[in-house]
Amino acid sequence: MRTLFYLIIGILFGITMYKSEAASWFRIYEMFRFEAFHMYGIIGTALTMGVVSTFIIKHYNIKSFYGESIKFIPKEKGFTRYMLGGIIFGLGWALAGTCPGPMFTLLGAGFLPISIAIIAAILGTLIYGILREKLPH
Amino acid sequence: MNLIYEPWPWYISGIAIALIMLLLQLSGKKFGMSSNLRTLCTMCGAGKQVHFFRFDWKAQRWNLVVVLGAIIGGYIAANFMTNENAVLINSNTIEHLKTLGFESAGTAYLPLELFETRVFYSPKTLIILFFGGLFVGFGARYAGGCTSGHAISGLSNLQLPSLIAVVGFFIGGLIMTHFLFPLIF
Repeated sequence: MRTLFYLIIGILFGITMYKSEAASWFRIYEMFRFEAFHMYGIIGTALTMGVVSTFIIKHYNIKSFYGESIKFIPKEKGFTRYMLGGIIFGLGWALAGTCPGPMFTLLGAGFLPISIAIIAAILGTLIYGILREKLPH
Repeated sequence: MNLIYEPWPWYISGIAIALIMLLLQLSGKKFGMSSNLRTLCTMCGAGKQVHFFRFDWKAQRWNLVVVLGAIIGGYIAANFMTNENAVLINSNTIEHLKTLGFESAGTAYLPLELFETRVFYSPKTLIILFFGGLFVGFGARYAGGCTSGHAISGLSNLQLPSLIAVVGFFIGGLIMTHFLFPLIF
């Protein structure tokens, strides 16, 4: 039952990524050229609602569907990993025009070359795991 | 406005993303897609060699189900909810893309120059897709999250590290778009 619920959330997410055009390479390129409001509007709307819903859940200590308390784990403090990792991610985001959610949506939409980017993203994660101890965090 | 066949405006899209995050929050889960890439490494046995991948991946099965849904959702949207594939980006952007050799700008969902099946025979395009994906995977894990984990859920929880990461995303994206694209394409 829970599995079906997550599957439906995933399907809604996939449809949203495709229909919002957030999965389109063109929209990412346009965003980085500041030539449209579209992507900023999407992120801004999601973020505004997200700030409110997160605040309400924390403030009123709202329980999950399964009756458990909802935990928000703060991100570890730091700068280097977030800035350097962020820049590397951004380079890839603009080049492939996709991030780790939409790349799967594009696969489902039938753009088979995205599979190269997906395999490379898994490989990139693996390389990070191997080099982790040697990288500044 | 036809929400089934026409592209969604930004506000509908933003509300939909926020609702998806809310459903995950109310399930006691976190909205973060790049964690799945780590889970996939662990499932392939990376935990035997590398400590970072030594964790109980079964606890992350729910998120893999979300990914499976994202694939199915893409299939449904592209095949049953689309009349017109063209993404109507700004005409200046289209003009600029044409100067870089992207003739498909303004007529397709993705640039055909990068995503048509024939690119499997183009080493240069394969290298571009490979490095794009590699940087996304490496950078997301190094930064501890991607667009969903930092830009949406992290910032929603007012996390300073997420703000730093998002600034980084933009620095990287701007460098790629404005300085490296003219050299690559």
